[in-house]
Parts: sequence; structure tokens; C-alpha cells
Amino acid sequence: MIPTPDLSHLTKEDFEHVYEPAEDTFLLLDALEVDAQDLKNIAPTICLEIGSGSGCVLSFIGGILGPSTLYLSTDINPHACRCTRSTGAQNKVSIDPINVGFASPLYNRLKHAVDLIVFNPPYVPTFEDEVRGAQDTRDIQGSWAGGLDGMGVTGVFLEHVEELLSLHARFYLVAVKDNNLPKIQQNMLKKHGLQSEVVLQRRAGREHLFVLRFVRNVM
Amino acid sequence: MVRLITHNLLACHVKGCNTNNFPLQFKDVQIELREAEFNPDFLKGFMPKLEWKALVDAARQLGDTTLPLEQPEMLDDEFLKNLHHVLLEIHVEEGVMTCSNCKHEYPVSNGIPNMLLAEHEIG
Repeated sequence: MIPTPDLSHLTKEDFEHVYEPAEDTFLLLDALEVDAQDLKNIAPTICLEIGSGSGCVLSFIGGILGPSTLYLSTDINPHACRCTRSTGAQNKVSIDPINVGFASPLYNRLKHAVDLIVFNPPYVPTFEDEVRGAQDTRDIQGSWAGGLDGMGVTGVFLEHVEELLSLHARFYLVAVKDNNLPKIQQNMLKKHGLQSEVVLQRRAGREHLFVLRFVRNVM
Repeated sequence: MVRLITHNLLACHVKGCNTNNFPLQFKDVQIELREAEFNPDFLKGFMPKLEWKALVDAARQLGDTTLPLEQPEMLDDEFLKNLHHVLLEIHVEEGVMTCSNCKHEYPVSNGIPNMLLAEHEIG
């Protein structure tokens, strides 16, 4: 069993600006734990988390994979970058956070070079204009507001994620039922040649949460 | 933390800035040295992903001249220790990274690179 990362160094004030790990986070941790042995076998050189928030997930992955992996994180929220770094330090995982949306400064150098990508996006369906506004605040609102079908932010990254994935890479995505999973899965296969499976799913209050795992379609 | 391993992966991403946008040039930097655990396997695995010239130039800019201009074929312990130090132990805590092409400046503060762009600069 892989221990849940220690977040005791983070304060109430931190969680006023940064998403506090909740059911969706824990489902993602559980899914990564299910796949832990496979992830060790892949032995990723580079692991990237988009929207790293508190840094809980990347620190957890650090606990699985150890120090032979470079852990990169991005977040549009500077508070999140700071927390990600300190959570890494608290859990003895070196994380290099980058304050940016998605991964655009990395596409040039990491074309088909990232072995593990995780993204727990703002998936909550909201009014469409709420997405842009939420991302612009570069604060906690941006961690959940997802636009009409909750895909306003996720959709942007899904268009580009394939460019980053190495041959044997895996990409883990958190989604809810309202995001229309069959549509996501079909699109990713048809447009980007990425096959996917549901690793875990769980109902948490009103949310029906899923973790999808994408791999290259090797036919 | 902007370690040189990360600097070696970051390119300018301003809309339309597609050539000569890597590596970013350091300016007015404050560095800290922090010991990290030596891990030769990680270094060997990572070497094919490095842009060697950019790494050597960045290291020299920060005052470290231990790396050879060409990536050596024989990876002896002394070389790997120097590479370890350059990639993982030199932390740029404060300063600016500038694009050689469009001159966009990305500030580094408390060891975190701010790569955010204004709306009109996003591609």
C-alpha cells in the first residue's frame, strides 16, 4: 500500500487558493495504485501533471516511482505551484513546478517524450462564460469550473496531449459522467489514435467520477 | 525550482514565436546550490533527452564550466558527477529567462518560473 501524501504543512489559507484533495483526487490516487506495478515497469523518465494543485497526486506518484523520474508540474495558479513544490519537499519528492496553463512551453522539447501524464481537470459543468473567467482569476475557481459540459478546459488539452506522449506512455484523466465519456473516448481514438479504458469509477454525492487511462493504439 | 534540467525543456511559447525560441537566456539570476542524491541510472536515462549545447551554455552562464562541449561517449564517474551537479543541484531561485527571438521575459520568483502569457500572446 502506498501512503497518501502528507499534506500537514499546508494551511487553511493555502486551501483558500488551492483545491484541497477531495473524492476526485482520491479516486485518481486509487487508480494509480491499481496500476502501480505497470507504472513501475514502464519506468517513466518524465512524468508531468497538468494542474497539479496541492501537489498531492504527483507526490503520490513519486512514492510509487521513486527518484529515477523527473517530476514536472504545471498550474495556472501560482499558489498551486508553491504548494506543489512544498508538498513534494514534505514527501521527499523533487517536483519542478511551472506556472502556466496546460504544457505549452514544453511541446517544443518534449514531443513524444513524456511517459506519464496525469490531469484532474476542472470538470464541473458551469455556465460557459464561467470557464474563461475562472481560469483568468488564476485562483481556486479555476480548479473546478468546466463550462457547459464540463469540457471547456479538458477539451483544449485533449487536442494536444498526443503530441507529448511517448510510445509506451500512459495518460490518466479524471472525468465525470456529464463530460460524456463515450464521446471523449471515441474522439481520442479516431482523432489521436489513443485507446482508453475506465480504470475506476465511483459515486461521490452528486458526482459520478471516472478515471480514464489512455495508451497508444498499437495495431 | 528552475533547475537546469527543467530549463533545458522550456521554450518560449508566445504566439508565432517558433524559431530560435530555445533555450531561454538567463538574466539577473540568484542561484542556490542544494545537494541531491546521486543517481547515475537516472542521468544515463535522461541524457538522450538533453539538448547538450543548451545545457553547457546555460551552465557556463551560471559559472559552471565542468561539462565538455560535446556529449562524451564514455560516461565515467567524474563526468556523471559533474552532470548531476549541473542538472539537479543548481537552482535558479530569482531572475529572468528571456527568449532570444521575441525577447519575451519570463520571470523566476521563489524558484518558480512564471510562463503565463497575456491573452493576445497565447497561440
